[in-house]
Amino acid sequence: MPKWFSPAAILCGLMFVVSPVLIANAPDESAMGMVYKIYYYHMPSAWMFLLAPLVCGVSSALFLARGRDADDRRAWAAAELTVLFGALTLITGPLWARRAWGTWWVWDARLTSSLVGWMIGWAYLILRRYGGPGSDKLAAGVALFGAVNVPFIYISVNYWRTIHPPTTVVPRLPVSMGVPLWFCVFAFLLLFILLMTMRLRLEAARARLDALYVALDE
Amino acid sequence: MSFVRTFARVAVLVFCCAVAAPASGQPPEPQDEFKPVGNSPAPEQIPAAPLLIGAYIVVLAGLFAYIVSLSRRLSAVQHDVERLEGDLKRKGRG
Repeated sequence: MPKWFSPAAILCGLMFVVSPVLIANAPDESAMGMVYKIYYYHMPSAWMFLLAPLVCGVSSALFLARGRDADDRRAWAAAELTVLFGALTLITGPLWARRAWGTWWVWDARLTSSLVGWMIGWAYLILRRYGGPGSDKLAAGVALFGAVNVPFIYISVNYWRTIHPPTTVVPRLPVSMGVPLWFCVFAFLLLFILLMTMRLRLEAARARLDALYVALDE
Repeated sequence: MSFVRTFARVAVLVFCCAVAAPASGQPPEPQDEFKPVGNSPAPEQIPAAPLLIGAYIVVLAGLFAYIVSLSRRLSAVQHDVERLEGDLKRKGRG
């Protein structure tokens, strides 16, 4: 692991320990009450859920253009994080909605496109796992669709107004709510970087293992 | 097969949330901004605490499980790499 990994991991762990204290001291929201505090983990998860397919899509595009294995490995790592953070977003969202909206789920543009984005992440991983020879390029094509879906997920709440809050709530947050939110965003971003680093390390080790098997057979 | 099982479990959980029937007829209007609570507390028709605690447990448990899974996969592959490197060295000498 790189030298910065251990200090960054300790810092990230501390941030996740401190975050519940900040969240507990943040005020409740006037209309939703206490359940609004799910937002402090839901939104950072959702942002990482948007970041991961972008990394996956850009890396896949580079892989298709240049054919470098490093790009392919980065795309695979990001696809796994798409599924992870997508699951966290799609589970915490309905838990929040149940109290705030009175329903677990609505088939609006934001929720449906998020579900589609998550399924694209799974499609990528299933292709890589069971697609056989040539699946790397096929999966890279799928990843491009996943990346294109990201701006659609983001702007969907502004173009198709539903009960999901629009993106404008974030800049309008008062300091008492903004500080814990941005603290959590940085904690999740740091975690994302650490998980990407670990996952890339795993892919590099697998590539080394494959090379060793070939060398042993020769 | 564990990969398929994991996919099936997560997919079932998300779809159960997705297709659950609405609790009330008409959903409320969307909020344009979030405001801190004033003197009047929000109505508590549905208990918030179990949902809030559940959400945090899901996130932390999910992240922890993924980190453990990743660490185990990484150490297993690194162990195999070290073993094969040892085999190659011995083969080179022999």
